[in-house]
Amino acid sequence: MYELVAFYLFSVLTIGLFLVTVMSKNVLYAMTSLAAGMVLISGFFFILGADFLGVVQLVAYVGAIMALYSFAMMFFDATRDIKEKNTNSALVFLLGGLSAVVLVMMFAAPIHSEAIQALYPMHEGVGNAQDVGIVLFTKYLVPFEVAALMLLVAMIAGIILAGKKMDQSLTEDMSADDEILTQKDAK
Amino acid sequence: MIGLSHYLIVSALIFSIGLVGVLRRRNLLMLFFATEVMLNAVNIAFAAISHYYNDLTGQMFAFFIIAIAASEVAVGLGILIVLYKKHGTLDLDDLASMRG
Repeated sequence: MYELVAFYLFSVLTIGLFLVTVMSKNVLYAMTSLAAGMVLISGFFFILGADFLGVVQLVAYVGAIMALYSFAMMFFDATRDIKEKNTNSALVFLLGGLSAVVLVMMFAAPIHSEAIQALYPMHEGVGNAQDVGIVLFTKYLVPFEVAALMLLVAMIAGIILAGKKMDQSLTEDMSADDEILTQKDAK
Repeated sequence: MIGLSHYLIVSALIFSIGLVGVLRRRNLLMLFFATEVMLNAVNIAFAAISHYYNDLTGQMFAFFIIAIAASEVAVGLGILIVLYKKHGTLDLDDLASMRG
């Protein structure tokens, strides 16, 4: 019963928040609703018994990725509304709706599920984190190390790309910067 | 009771929302947000299949998707900052330099 209520609550809220993300003209609103939607998605993972995945979602997505986005937003002018030239909006919604219908029909189609066998089955009485750890560090050790290397490469790339000319101001109107400079001069 | 189809249908709807965002948005930062929405939709589908077939493989794939998303954001935001320094805008129509 609680599962039912939680599932429908999370689905309605997530879909609504992601609609705000996609439709909003303000970067700040879009980013905030995206972060809230990701928190609610970790709720889905907790309902599904994937506790470790839920915690990783909270730590990595909401904690790291959204913090990175909010730091990047400080470089761009976030308070100004985005003016977008949306040509052919009806066609976009038609294509999106059609792909939604196709995906739902694909996922709702009956499958021969008795033939599917679990490759790495979950164990009864063992915590999810323990189970995940054993599979991750035995069967998926090489992809895990490759992912670590990929994250290292991405970190170096991010530092090199964003780190050049950090002393220069990015915003075009220099009025705000002049204010700061005058404050510095006053001191 | 909630079955696998419920989760898959929610995942498909969220994926389609992300797809509409990718098709509709002209701002590069907003395109990144729409991509994150699509990645999260796939993660829900993986976790649901993992739960209903009692198999850990789906959760493993979701972990690697999160790792890929993190590195994509790190590199992508670096490129966005370079583009903003060079052009002063993130609008795709203004960034198009080739006329054809």
